[in-house]
Amino acid sequence: MHRSETLVQWSLAVVALSAIAVLALIIIFIFKEGSPIIARLGIAQFITGTKWSPTRGMFGILPMILGSVWVTLGALIIGVPIGLATAIFLAEMAPSRTSQILKSAIQLLAGIPSVVFGFIGLIILVPLIRKWLGGPGFSVLAAGIVLGIMILPTIVSVCYDVFKAVPQAYREGMLALGATRWQTIRMVVLPAARPGIIAAVILGMGRAVGETMAVIMVAGNATKIPISPLAPVRTLTSNIALEMGYAVGEHREALFATGIVLFVIIALLNTLARLVARVEKV
Amino acid sequence: MKRFIPLALGAIILFAILAAIHSLRAPARRDENHAPASITLAGSTSVQPFAEILADEYMNEVENIIINIQGGGSSAGARSALSGVAEVGMLSRELQGDEKTLVPTYIAYDAIALVVHTSNPSRNLDIAEVQGIFAGKTTDWSEVGGETRKIHVVTREEGSGTRGAFDQIIMGTVEVTPGAIVQDSNGAVREIVAGDPSAIGYLSLGLVDKRVKAIAVSGVLPSIATVANNTYKLVRPMILATREGPRKEVRDFISYCLSEKAQAMLAKEGLVPVTSVTPGG
Repeated sequence: MHRSETLVQWSLAVVALSAIAVLALIIIFIFKEGSPIIARLGIAQFITGTKWSPTRGMFGILPMILGSVWVTLGALIIGVPIGLATAIFLAEMAPSRTSQILKSAIQLLAGIPSVVFGFIGLIILVPLIRKWLGGPGFSVLAAGIVLGIMILPTIVSVCYDVFKAVPQAYREGMLALGATRWQTIRMVVLPAARPGIIAAVILGMGRAVGETMAVIMVAGNATKIPISPLAPVRTLTSNIALEMGYAVGEHREALFATGIVLFVIIALLNTLARLVARVEKV
Repeated sequence: MKRFIPLALGAIILFAILAAIHSLRAPARRDENHAPASITLAGSTSVQPFAEILADEYMNEVENIIINIQGGGSSAGARSALSGVAEVGMLSRELQGDEKTLVPTYIAYDAIALVVHTSNPSRNLDIAEVQGIFAGKTTDWSEVGGETRKIHVVTREEGSGTRGAFDQIIMGTVEVTPGAIVQDSNGAVREIVAGDPSAIGYLSLGLVDKRVKAIAVSGVLPSIATVANNTYKLVRPMILATREGPRKEVRDFISYCLSEKAQAMLAKEGLVPVTSVTPGG
């Protein structure tokens, strides 16, 4: 009896640890492959260099860092207001039947493979931008719109849960004072949910920074720092995915080093989300 | 019942381990039993699809041989041939540097066509004009005799064989503008150029279709005939490279690639057969 208990405990522990071991191995591997070139060039030169031309020995990833920043900002500008509005409607206003149906529809959005988003962007969005706004169509704007839609499910579902966690007594108190529904939402629910909303935004940001396939298809991948929303742009993830097929030697190391920078950015975002979530509980 | 759970768990884990071991060992054992000879080719993803076609046909004709084909790019192909990881390296550019210790066999030539939108009135660019456009110095079609319209340059990613050949032949030491749109396949380049009246890109002649327009370089349109008589300049070789004195099986496969039948198959795929090209130039 007792022995079987320990056996189960043991095997579960092994399985749990193996997941963490995989993470550790990935981290070790990325750093082992990528750090030599950072050490050789110097971290400052690597992340502030503006020229990326690996076959000519120039490794500066500033255009890609800024690219990731612009594209992610674009995604947030489009995704956050829509996501927030949707979550408010679903959690506070919609009848529960409607809310259920809409909520599962939005969760379905999360299940659509990113390549499909990219393809729709490529076929519909890019030509539209090219025709009506000018430029090649492949742009910060196109990537921002596609990513903005892709982060909706994250933002909607996290915000929805946060709103639902706001105690009903708050709302009832406000309504009893004669406030309208919208006043209640604006003055009580939103402020109470603020830390959770910030956490949702940060999680969405993490998703946007990490997305690759859809961005490659619509962003144009130029290695120049974009000076307008209509200019083509390359993100950190696209840089790795585009060139890994052929990269050898220093070029390959530089792509792993790009991975290190990306890893650090995502780790920072996750830590930030956790900190914000902790502030909420205090 | 409670004793059963850990037992079942143990059994599942055991089976998983056994299955993993089995799947790792299985291919090796099959090789020992039937002992077919195997050849490994690795390298250029531009050569790869054609090598696969030839290998499929060859494996149909010849008993007991397995040809493995892997991608990785021209440089990786040359590296693996040098180190012996693969017996044959596939390259879509000339051998360079220490790769020259390998023995190259030219199996075909491929023209790289410059393509523009079908509505673009430009018909011809000389090499200096192409260089100016891709370097980002020439930014409007009117500067090269076209209508007034910004040029959208579409290029391939660094490391690609097509990009390497384009850099070697057209750009020399000049850099492709960092403002160029970068795509990672011939198909994607074609897709963009087909949809954008301002775009210019380059891709394998075999993949040019009606949706895009190939333009002449220095007055010569890309075609099998102009490659064969050495007048079209944007041409790259397709090479199978081995170390000195390859095994008989490898020699046989390479000479099969040069046979009339294999060359006809390559021509059907849009390549220029090596036999039709006048040497020199």
